[in-house]
Amino acid sequence: MIKTSEETLNIAGEKLVILKGGAGKPLLIFHDELGYPGWMSWNETIAHDRTLFIPLQPGYGKTPKLEWVRTYRDLAGFYSQAVRELKLDPVDVIGYSAGGFIAAEMIAADPKIFSKMVLVAPMGLKPSEGEIMDIFPITMRTHLRATVADPYNTPEFLKLYGGEMTPEVFEAFEDARAESARIGWEPYMHNPALPYLLRGTRTPTLLVWGTKDRVVPRGCIDEYKKAITGARVATIENVGHRPEIENSNEFVKIVSRFLSE
Amino acid sequence: MKLGYFTERPVRWIPEEVILRNGGHFAVSNSYFDREKAADDYNYYIDENLYAEELAFDIIALNEHHGNPFCMGSVMNVEAGILARLTKKARILLIGNPLPVIKHPLRMAEELAEIDLISRGRLISGWVRGAGSEQFFNNANPSYNREYFEEAHDFIVQAWTRPGPWRYEGKHFHYRHVNPWALPYQKPYPPMWIPGTLSPETVRWCAEKAYPYFGLGTSLGPTCDLWDFYADEAAKHGYEAGSENFGYVLPTFVAETEERAQELGKNFLFGGGQNSFARPEHTLPPGYNSKEAIRKLAHQPQGSWLGISGEKMRQQTEDVEIDPAAIREKLIPGYQRAQKAIQLVIGSPKSVIPKLKAILSVLRPGSLVIFSVQGPVPNKDRQTSMRLIAQEIMPVLKEHAKSIDLVDAIERKPGARKLTAGTSRRPVSDRGPLKELGLA
Repeated sequence: MIKTSEETLNIAGEKLVILKGGAGKPLLIFHDELGYPGWMSWNETIAHDRTLFIPLQPGYGKTPKLEWVRTYRDLAGFYSQAVRELKLDPVDVIGYSAGGFIAAEMIAADPKIFSKMVLVAPMGLKPSEGEIMDIFPITMRTHLRATVADPYNTPEFLKLYGGEMTPEVFEAFEDARAESARIGWEPYMHNPALPYLLRGTRTPTLLVWGTKDRVVPRGCIDEYKKAITGARVATIENVGHRPEIENSNEFVKIVSRFLSE
Repeated sequence: MKLGYFTERPVRWIPEEVILRNGGHFAVSNSYFDREKAADDYNYYIDENLYAEELAFDIIALNEHHGNPFCMGSVMNVEAGILARLTKKARILLIGNPLPVIKHPLRMAEELAEIDLISRGRLISGWVRGAGSEQFFNNANPSYNREYFEEAHDFIVQAWTRPGPWRYEGKHFHYRHVNPWALPYQKPYPPMWIPGTLSPETVRWCAEKAYPYFGLGTSLGPTCDLWDFYADEAAKHGYEAGSENFGYVLPTFVAETEERAQELGKNFLFGGGQNSFARPEHTLPPGYNSKEAIRKLAHQPQGSWLGISGEKMRQQTEDVEIDPAAIREKLIPGYQRAQKAIQLVIGSPKSVIPKLKAILSVLRPGSLVIFSVQGPVPNKDRQTSMRLIAQEIMPVLKEHAKSIDLVDAIERKPGARKLTAGTSRRPVSDRGPLKELGLA
C-alpha cells in the first residue's frame, strides 16, 4: 500500500491540512460534501504514477473552519491561493460532487489554474432537469444509502460505512454536514452566476456520471457540458453518485485514460 | 408569583393516524387543512385567551410554530396584536419569536412595538432559536442559527433605544435606514423572558443579560442543575439570581373527576405528543447544535440515532409498515411515566394541587405557565380545566408561593439584587422534595 502523509501547511494566510500520497506528477483531489472518506482502491491505483494532493476542507474537523468563507466561491478563492502558493498550477484536478463545484468555481475565476479537470457528479450548477438531492433534511443513513446504487453489493461502501459508528465518526459527519450547510444552504449547492462565469472555459474537462445517481441529476452534467467548451461526458452504467467506489475499475480506466491523453 | 395560561392552539380536526403515519407533526401535508374549521378555531382560541384573563390568569402566553398541525400559531404577533386590544390587564407573553427563522429584526422590532403600544405596556417579549424543523420551513441556515439569534436580538434592542435614523451593517443583517416610528410603550423596552429546553448556551446568554429563563416542561433534576448554572453565571456578572430569574411551563389538565381528566389528558400525547413534534432528521439540522452538544450526543448510547451503524444500514426504514394503533399503545407507559415524573400534571384539583405545589417548592419559579391540553378536546372541557385551575388551584398556589417567597420578574427586576464579591449566592432551587417524590 502506498504511504500517505498528512501535513498542516501555513498557507494563504491560514492553516490547511493536506493529505499526500503517491509518486509522479501532482494531481489535486477535492473530496465531497461528506468529507475525506479514506484511502480507497481508486486512490491506490492512480497514486502509482501521480502524487495525490488532497486538501481536507476547512471546518470539516481537521482543517480549522474559516469564518470568512461563506460561500463555495469564497472557498474556491482560498484554495486557488493555496494552489498558487504551492506552485502547483497548472495542475490536474478531480472534484467529487461538491468538490466538483469547488473546482468549477476555481476555473471560472482563474482559467489557467487547472491543466485538466475531472468533475465527478459535480454540484454547482442548477440542473436543467431534476433537482440536486437535498442532503440536509435527511439522516446520515438515508444520505449515505442514496449515494450508491446498491449498498450491499458495493464492498468499498460497506468497508467505509458498514461497521458501527464511533462517536468520532459521528462528530466528523456532523462537522461536514454543518459546514456544507453553512456555505451551501442557499442557493442550494449551486451558484446561479457560475454558468456565465464558466463561459469561454476551454480547459480539457471530463464529466463523469453514474446512470443511477440519485444525488446529482443528469441535468447538472448537461449544464456543465453547455458551459465548458469541449467538455466530454463519461457515463458509467448502473452506478450511483460514487462511481469511484461502485465501479472502481471502470472509473480508474476512464479517468487515467483522460489524464494521460 | 404569576400564573400564566398557554395553549399551542392545536389543530383539532386532523385524524391522529395521519400524524402517526408521518412519524411526527412537522411535514404533515396541508392537504388536510380545513378553512372553515381553522377559521372557527382561530376565533375560538382568541376567545379562550380572553376567558383566561376573565379567570384572572396574570399572563396569556403565545407561541408559534411553522408547517405542522401541532400549533396553529403560525404568526403569533397577529394574535398578540388582537389580544393587546381586547384584553385589559393580562400580560401578553410571547414564548417566543423565533428570531433566526424570521430573519427580519427591524420588522420584528416594529411589530412588537405596536403590540406593546396597543396593550399600553403589557408585552413581554420572548425569543427562541426556532425548532430544528423550522430552519427547513423558513430556509434559515441552521449553521448560523445562534449568530442570527444574537445579532437579531442586539439589533432589536438598538432599534428600540437608539434615536434614528442610522445605518446598520452587521454580519447577517443590513439596513440602510433604521428609524422605526413605532417604539415600545415600556421604557427602555419590554421585558424579555426566554423559554428553552435546557441548552447551556442559551442559559448562559440569559444569565449574562439577566433575562428570566423558562424551562419548557423540562425534567426536574436537570432543570435544578441548569438553574444552578444560571445562578453561578449570574454571580459572575455581579448579581444574585432568584425566583424572578426563572419560570416554568408545565402541561396541565384538570377535570371535575380524576377519570375524566385521565381520559382527556391522554390527548397530550395526540399524534405522539411533543416528543414527536418532528422526525429526527428534521429535529437536528446540520449546524443547528453547538459542537459541544453534538459531542455530547455522539457519546450517548443512542448517539447514532441520527447516523449510521451496521445494523441500521440494513434497515429498510422506508418499507416498514406503520401501525398507528401499535404506536398509540406504546405511548401509554410514557403517559404514566411523565405523570409520575410530574412532567405532565393531570387530575382533579385535589390530586393536582400537591403536584403543582411541589413544582413550586423544587424549582422556585417566579412564574408558572399552565400549558393546556393538546388534541381534539372539546371546548367545554378545555374551559372546565381553565376554570378549575383558576378558581380552585390558583389561590392555593399563590398562597404557597408567598409562603416560600417566590417573587416574579414583574415584582422584582431580574439582576437588581447585587452580589457582593466574596459572598456566596443563595440556592435557587430546592432538591429536598425530589426525594419525597421519588424523583431524586
